[in-house]
Formats: sequence, structure tokens, C-alpha cells
Amino acid sequence: MSTATHGPAWFQRDQVFEFLQPEASSQLDLSHNTILYLEGLNVSFDGFKAINDLTLYIEPGELRCIIGPNGAGKTTMMDIITGKTQPDSGQAWFGQRLNLLKMSEAEIAEAGIGRKFQKPTVFEQLSVFENLELAMAGNKNVWPTFIARLSGEQLDRIDEVVEMIGLKSEVKRMAGVLSHGQKQWLEIGMLLMQNPQLLLVDEPVAGMTHQEMDRTGELLTSLAGERSVVVVEHDMDFVRSIARTVTVLHQGSVLAEGTMDQIQNDPRVVEVYLGE
Amino acid sequence: MATVMATTLCRYPAWVLITLLALVSGMLSTAAHADSSFDQSMKLLAEKSFKKKAEAVQLLATSNHEKSLEMLQAMSRGDLYYHKKTKAIVYAEKVDGGYQIKDALTGEDLGKVGKRKVKKVAINNKLRSKLTQAMASKQLGADSAEVRLQALESMLSDISADSLPILQGRQKLEEDKDVAEVLAVAVALAQLEDKDEAVRVKALKALDGSLYPAVRIKVTKLVEKDSSKVVQKAAAKVVKTIESRVDLFGNLETLFFGISLGSVLILAAIGLAITFGVMGVINMAHGELIMIGAYTTYVVQLLMPNSIEYSLLVAVPAAFVVSGLVGIAIERGVIRHLYGRSLETLLATFGISLILQQAVRTIFSPLNRSVETPQWMSGTWEINSIFSLTLNRLYIIAFCLLVFFVLHMILKRTRLGLQVRAVSQNRQMARAMGVRSEWVDAMTFGLGSGIAGVAGVALSQLTNVGPNLGQAYIIDSFMVVVFGGVGNLWGTVVAGFSLGIANKVMEPWAGAVLAKILVLVFIILFIQKRPRGLFPQKGRAAEG
Amino acid sequence: MFTRSILAGDRGGQIMLGLLLAVTIGVTFANQFLPIDHALHVPTYTVTLLGKYLCYALLAVAVDLAWGYLGILSLGHGAFFALGGYAMGMYLMRQIGDRGVYGNPELPDFMVFLNWQELPWFWQGFDQFWLAMIMVMLIPGLLAFLFGWLAFRSRVTGVYLSIITQALTYALMLAFFRNEMGFGGNNGLTDFKDILGFSLQSDNTRIGLFIASAAALAMGYLVCRAVTQSRLGRVSVAIRDAETRVRFIGYRVEKVKLWIFTLSAVLAGIAGALYVPQVGIINPNEFSPLNSIEAVVWVAVGGRATLFGAVAGALMVNYGKSYFTAAMPEAWLFALGAIFVLVTLFLPRGVVGLFQKKSEKQQEAG
Repeated sequence: MSTATHGPAWFQRDQVFEFLQPEASSQLDLSHNTILYLEGLNVSFDGFKAINDLTLYIEPGELRCIIGPNGAGKTTMMDIITGKTQPDSGQAWFGQRLNLLKMSEAEIAEAGIGRKFQKPTVFEQLSVFENLELAMAGNKNVWPTFIARLSGEQLDRIDEVVEMIGLKSEVKRMAGVLSHGQKQWLEIGMLLMQNPQLLLVDEPVAGMTHQEMDRTGELLTSLAGERSVVVVEHDMDFVRSIARTVTVLHQGSVLAEGTMDQIQNDPRVVEVYLGE
Repeated sequence: MATVMATTLCRYPAWVLITLLALVSGMLSTAAHADSSFDQSMKLLAEKSFKKKAEAVQLLATSNHEKSLEMLQAMSRGDLYYHKKTKAIVYAEKVDGGYQIKDALTGEDLGKVGKRKVKKVAINNKLRSKLTQAMASKQLGADSAEVRLQALESMLSDISADSLPILQGRQKLEEDKDVAEVLAVAVALAQLEDKDEAVRVKALKALDGSLYPAVRIKVTKLVEKDSSKVVQKAAAKVVKTIESRVDLFGNLETLFFGISLGSVLILAAIGLAITFGVMGVINMAHGELIMIGAYTTYVVQLLMPNSIEYSLLVAVPAAFVVSGLVGIAIERGVIRHLYGRSLETLLATFGISLILQQAVRTIFSPLNRSVETPQWMSGTWEINSIFSLTLNRLYIIAFCLLVFFVLHMILKRTRLGLQVRAVSQNRQMARAMGVRSEWVDAMTFGLGSGIAGVAGVALSQLTNVGPNLGQAYIIDSFMVVVFGGVGNLWGTVVAGFSLGIANKVMEPWAGAVLAKILVLVFIILFIQKRPRGLFPQKGRAAEG
Repeated sequence: MFTRSILAGDRGGQIMLGLLLAVTIGVTFANQFLPIDHALHVPTYTVTLLGKYLCYALLAVAVDLAWGYLGILSLGHGAFFALGGYAMGMYLMRQIGDRGVYGNPELPDFMVFLNWQELPWFWQGFDQFWLAMIMVMLIPGLLAFLFGWLAFRSRVTGVYLSIITQALTYALMLAFFRNEMGFGGNNGLTDFKDILGFSLQSDNTRIGLFIASAAALAMGYLVCRAVTQSRLGRVSVAIRDAETRVRFIGYRVEKVKLWIFTLSAVLAGIAGALYVPQVGIINPNEFSPLNSIEAVVWVAVGGRATLFGAVAGALMVNYGKSYFTAAMPEAWLFALGAIFVLVTLFLPRGVVGLFQKKSEKQQEAG
């Protein structure tokens, strides 16, 4: 990362390709080679334990797949990481220094965690272009947003992403009229615009054709390395095609972790899945 | 039941009762013949001097002539006259151009006389208090414990050492426990004027904690005026206990008013707790459904003018049905098309509320209508001399609890309740299981609206019934539901009672309006702190 | 040129502002220069009525900014309107000076009547026009800021927010009814004499106020348009449609809401301030929840999320109200109620939506 990490925010402005500059890198400390720490998390809703003593670590640049039957706590885990749900106990840290449990959703997003929802949520009354524009990394306070004008580089970046997600011809249409698969892509595009360090992707291929799935798989693997990617998915074929490390969640805690082969031969995992 | 009886009795003007009883006791009296002191008093009554008349009163008080009490009472009412010429004492009644008179002794009708023929036995304030004393001491001998009790209580404020002999004499005979208690107080009060310090201290001990205003006044005087330090000290102690008890009952009264206001709020809000809380529908016309319930009561009373006593029993189911049907019509006609768009529902139902208000104005007139209160609901339950509860408020509290209980049972124990809960938790799933969700929606809304109508019946007993009745309660109702936590009937009850009590507690020092403002501001701030109310629903279902 | 860039692509707005300018000039001319018996003469009464409508239109624009673009259905905007009105009323009250019934140079009549000896601290300085004008914006703005800061921070949204805004204006109404508040209680502030030295009774002043209202509406419109056209405006639409999602992109939803809501309240306050000298009175009934909710219905009728729709809606509904209350007063509440129901059921995009649908169809056909 650049040496400008301790300079004032405006100082970074004169750097080319602002979007390449991870917004919160000035604070993200990866010195111990772990980007996400989840330790001893517990969440219960009305006595139902959604997350039960969950501990999980993600390395920088890793592509991690998380699988598990319904109600295993996958979405709740994402809710905790992104600040939507507060756990009853436990710790969640982003890098060495950022305590996720003490940050708001916006702060977490600004620090460099992006999320794609299970049900695609795009801004239906805004055009594809505007959706991407809003997601773009940059100063997101009220006044700067009010006076913001798109620079040439930013326009180029939006074009680039539009191309990548295959929505070139739809760029001026309202997001609401897109097909389900297109919305999924648009949401991935918004994640790219956000330029996060850690991507949380919830069921990215639901409702996609096989070709689209392949492209999504390619995209996600290409993103990993530079950033960390956590994918929650039901589709086993898709997981097999992209996975390096797989974590199995069951009843709110980690049941098994390893390569796809190891997982498939783990008798506990087999029992959970067959028993379902 | 005893309370109802007592209040029924209380409702008859007291004097009718007293006269009746006095007559009865007079007839039974053995010493029915005239005696000399009675004759003497008859002469004195016709004198102009108040002093002479006072003597007459004194004589009548001690006389055991059968007519003596009746005369004292007539005198204090101002119905006792004397014939200018014959000096005979008569009862007179004003008629056209003169008086219809009746001999006071014999009861013989003396016919009509001219205005100037008779003269009233005039009384002044001093005489009036003497009269009261005299009547009271006479009534102490009455057969009815009720009469004796009332006589004693009316005596308390001007008891003096002179009354002591009568009181003590009575004390030996008294068998009724309640009367004996008051008698003891009266004796002690009289003994406060005793010359012996020890007697006064002993009397003070007997008065400790008594709540009669007369006791408080007299003992407070002693604190400063008594010649003995010991008595002063004892009196101060008594005043202190009395004051703390008065405070206690004052607080109890505030609590009662608070609970009764809370019941009204709960009644108004609990229908909303169903439509808003369980179904998630914002019904701004809820207040108007309450209003319709109140007007239903009015119409029911119009239809059965001769049996007002039972009108409320008819009005409750009638209001439930009428408001419920209106509610179902609103749901089927408008709200159904707006599910999932709560802000639009809010606007549309507000429009409906305007239409309903105007409709009532057009049909019934914009003026308030008066709804009668049945006899059995009026009156008070006197617990002691400074603490009494009005019956209609007591009934409303009981009614509120009943409605809550029934509603709770409907939701928990019936098939409809099960379906309502199923639909509110997961509409799709409920449908898949064969629940007719549309029908359940209509029924739930009808239930909530019907309860609003029932609340209207209750409100018609407390406030004016007019087109704006609903508006006055809609904001309060929403506040109660939101404060209690949406989707939680218990929350609504707790919220209603606590807001009602808070309001009444603040009223004495803040005034009614400011208290209300403070409660509103409190809720606004509270919602910021806990957006889901006192008892929030937890879990994923609540998030959507 | 600034204006032109703001109005780019806003045909409705261009037409609306053009019409506004034309009407303002036309009415001024017709009132001032045509003889009274001339067929086209506009009586001062009508000018004042139009001025009043323009104030309502500004209020509608303010409500639309919060509701149409941000999704905050405020049932308490009448409170901001009334507060602006009271601030103006206080200035006008102080201008009366010793011409009141009691002739007290310092104290307004109602204070003399209540036996008050001196001016309460919060009345100090209101004899200065500039201070009063600052207060017109500051007081509603401050209240909105405070309220919004508390409400948005704790994520009170949707109908909950609507209900507590309604409670807010209701509480204010109760408070202003109290004599002890020092704002004239029941009767409010009235019997104004002049503004900036011009008599409120004179035709020229009335025309002046009418022009000021038109100018305020135009300015308010442009400010709102500038907001909705900016990226901030797009963020606000995004918040309206998917609040949570906006948070996960990294915007401070609370702050966006807070500032836009405050701006909207300030605009409502200005509208109220211009309204008061034209109608000649401000009293606690202006806080009544019905007023706020009526303003919402103007926007709904015109078409929310189109600023000129809000203006059109306010003018149409209020003209209807004037007409109905004169012709058949009984029917007005029926009509108003029916408008609420019918618009929400059948015209979710308002009257403007009707035209937009038509033009969209034409485009698709063409």
C-alpha cells in the first residue's frame, strides 16, 4: 500500500485512479496476516441461538466459501460483520485495529467491507449508472455528496465496471426493470465500485444461468488475491468450481473447515447434509 | 353488592329518609303525650328574639315529644311558621296568594290563609348550628344505624364539651360497631375541652389517625393554643399522623384517577393494538370507530328510553357489531388494496376518518349529544371520610380489564386467534396451510374495530359524545400502542396504566394541559431511545 | 446560468416557474394599473388569496422534499410552518407599538391583559426585522434538527416517525394554547398594523407580499431542485427505497436525512412567515394535526417526488377548498376525505403521474 497512509484525506486526491486506493487503508492493519477475526460470537433471537460460539478467521487475499444448511447462521454472521446485528457476546475485528462491534454500518462500509445481499437490493428508482455512481468510493459525507461532480476518471471507471458486468446497453434504464440475474450483476458491480478490502457475497448465483454462473465464478476468483472474498452459497457445483477453503456452518457454529475434498469426506458434514 | 345498596340509599335525598325514619321511631315512642317543656318551647318559638328561640330549640332537643324532631327539621328547612293571631305553630306551604297551613302538633289541615296571617320562624347562623346539633342528638336515638351514623358525622364539626353527656349516654347503649367507632371519636373530640390534662391526652390518643376533617381542625388548634406543653406535644404528634394518612389517601386517590384514565386509554388503544400491532395496518379512522360506538350507545338509548338501566348492556354488543361492520367495510373497500404500503394506508384511512366525522355531523348535528348514565353506575363508594371512589370510574376499570381478558382469550384460545397469529407471522406459510388469509384479515380488522366501538360505549359514560370524540383519542391511542411495543397486548396495558398514572401524578403541580404535553414529550423522547417500545418483539420477524 | 443547469431536464419546473413569473407580473399589473371597473382588474382580495396559495405551495414543496424524495412522511410540517408564522407574528406584534387597545408601547395587548409587567426574554429583539427573519428560519430549523437528530439516530422510520411527528405538532398546539407560554394563548397574535413601516391594509403592501411569496416559492423550488438533482438527491431517493442498502455502501443515512429534513423545515417556516401578514393572524390552530396532514394530501394529489407536482397539488386542492367552503361548506370534508382515499387508491403518482404516463406511452409508441 502507498506511503500516503498517514497523510490527510485530501492529500490522496491528487493520486491517479482514486478508486484503486482502498478508502480506509490508512487504518486497516494487516500485520498479523488476518483480515477478519470472529471470536466466540453468540446471538440469540427469542431464545433461539442463531450463532453459537462462532470463531472464524479470514486471511488477506483469501477466497472462502461458507456452506451450511438453512438456519445455520450464515446470514446472521454477515449481519454481525456489517454492523446490522449486535451479538450478545464475542468479538469481531477487521484487521488488527478496527473493532467492528463499535462501528456503524456506514463506518464499516467506509473502512472497506462490502456486502452483496442474498436478495438483490438495488435502487430501483435510479438508473444503472446512478446505482454505480452512488456506490463509488469517495467522500460520502453530506456536503461533499451535494457538490460532487463526476470526474473523467470516475466516468471511465463506471464505464469499465458496466462493461465488466455486461450491462452496457442497460446503463440508462431504471434498475427496477432489470431481470433478476441483471440485478445480481448490478449489485456485484456496485461492490466493485465500492472497492472494498473484504467482500461478503451472499448467494451470488441464485437465479443465474450456467454461463452467468461461470462468469461470476471467474470474477470472484480474479478479485481474490488482491482482496478477501467470503462467499455464502447453496449451489455445491458453484462452490466446488471456485473454492479453495470451505467452512461448514451448522447450528450457529463451525462444524468443519478444509478443502472441498476434505469436507466432502467428513462424516459429520455428511450426516448434517443427509440428515436434512 | 353492599356498595350498590349503600349508594342506592344515598341517592334518595337524605332528608326524606331521615324524616321517614324519624316518623317511624316517633310513632313507636312510648312517651307520646305532651309535657310541659314541650309546651314551653311552643311558646318560645313564636318569639322574635333569637335567644328565646334558641332556648326553644334546647328544650325541643331534650324533649322526648314525638313531634319534636319533625319540628326541628321543618324549622331548619324554613317550613315552620306561626300564626300571628293564635300563636299556633304551623307548617306552611306557599300557594297562589298565600299559604296552605297545617297544625304542627295535630297535623290538622287549617286551610289557606293570606300572606300576612302567618310568619316564618326565622333562624340565623348561630341558631342553625344549634338546630343541627339538636337534630343530630335526637337522631342519635334513631333505630337505624345508618341514621345514627349520619347524625354523628354531621355533629362532629361543632362538638363541644356540652355534647359530652348525650354522647356518653349514647355510648353505653350503642351496639352497632361503625356507629360506636364514630361515637368514640365524637366523645374524644368533646373531651379535648376537658379541664384535666390527662383526659385531654387520653382523648388525643383515641383520635390518633382519625381522618375526619373536624378532628384535624380541632387538634391542629390544640398544637398552638393548649395551655399544657404535654398536650401540645401529643397534639402535634396526632396532627402528624393524620397528615401522613391524608397524604397517603391523597396519593391513593391520584393512583385511582391515574388507573381510571389508564383504563380509558387502554380501551381506546387496545383495538388499535390489534389492527396496528398484529396486522401492521395504520388505521387513522380508529378514533372515528370509537365515536361510532359512542353514537350507537346514544341511538340505543333513544330506542329504549324507558329502560336506560339496561341500555348499556344492549349498547355493548350493538356497538361492537356496528363498529366492527364499518371496520370490515373499510378493510374490504380500501385497506385491502394498500397492504404493504403503510404510509398510503395512513393517508387513506385519515380520509375515511374525515368522511365519518362529517357524516356524523350531517346525520346527528355538529353538537354534542347527551348519553345518560344508568343509576347503577352513578354514585360513589365511600371508603372513609376523605377517600371515596366514583362508581362509573370503577366500572370502567373493571370493564377495561374484562375487554382485555376476553381479547386475550380470543387471540390465545380460539381458532380465529390462531389464524390471526399465523397470518401476522408468515402470510405465505399460513396461506399454504390453508388459512384463508383474506378472511382472517377482514375478521381481525373487524375485531379491532369492534373493540373500538365497545370503547366508545365506555367513553360515552365519561365524556361528551360529539363528532370530534374520536380525534381527541387517536393520538393518545397511538402513543399507548407505540409506547407499549407494537404487537404486544400486555405492553399496551402496561403502557396505558403507566401513562394514565404519570398524567395524573403530574397534574396537581403542572396542570392538566402541561401534564399532557410532558407525557407526549416523554413518549417522543422514549421512542428515540427504544424505537420498539417497552416490550419489543424480538427476532427476525420483527425486522421487516 | 446556475438556474438553467438546475432546471435542465425539468420541463414541468420550467413551465411552472414561467407561469409563476407571468402570473406575478400579470396580477401585479392588473391590480395596480387597470381601473377597478376594468374587466381584467384583479381585486386586492384575490391578490391576497393568491399570495396565500403560494405560501401553501412552498409548504407543499417542503413536504415533498421530505416525503417524495426522502421517504419521511412528516405529519408535523404544519408545526414548522406555524413556528415560522409565530416568529413573523411576533415581529408584527412589536410593530404595533402603542397603537394597541391598551396603548402600551412595549407590551402587546394580550400581555397587558394578563397583567404582565415586562416583555419576556424570548420576545426581546423581535422588533428588529432582520432578527425576526433569522428566527423565522432558525426556530423551525432548530426544532427539526433536534427532533431529527434524536429520531434518525435511533432509526425511527416509516409510520412510527409519522406518528411521532404528529404527536410533536399536537404537543406544540396544546402548549401554544396556554396563556403562560406568552404567545397570546387561544387568540394567538393578531391586529397587526404594518410591516417594515408599510401598512398591511394598503394595496401596495399586499402586492408586495404577493410578489415576495412568489419569489420565495421560486427560490424554494430552485433550492429543492438543486438538492434533488445533486448526487445527494440520488442518495436520498436511494434512502427512500432501500435505506439499509445505502448504509452498507457507506453513506451516513442519519446525516443525510437530518440535513434534508432540516432544510425542509426551514422552507416550511419561511412559507409560514409570509402567510401570516397576508391572513393577518396566527393562532395555535395552525398547529392542528389536520393542517399538517392536509399539506401531505396536496403533495399526494399533485404527485409526489415531482416538485412542480407538489406546487400544482397545493394550488388545486386549495382552490377546491375555497370553492367548496363558499358554495357548500358541508361537503368540503366529504370531498377532502374522498380525495385522500381516491388519490391513494387510484392515483399513487398524483395528477402529474397521469400526464407522465401519457407522455411515456407516446414515447414508446414513437
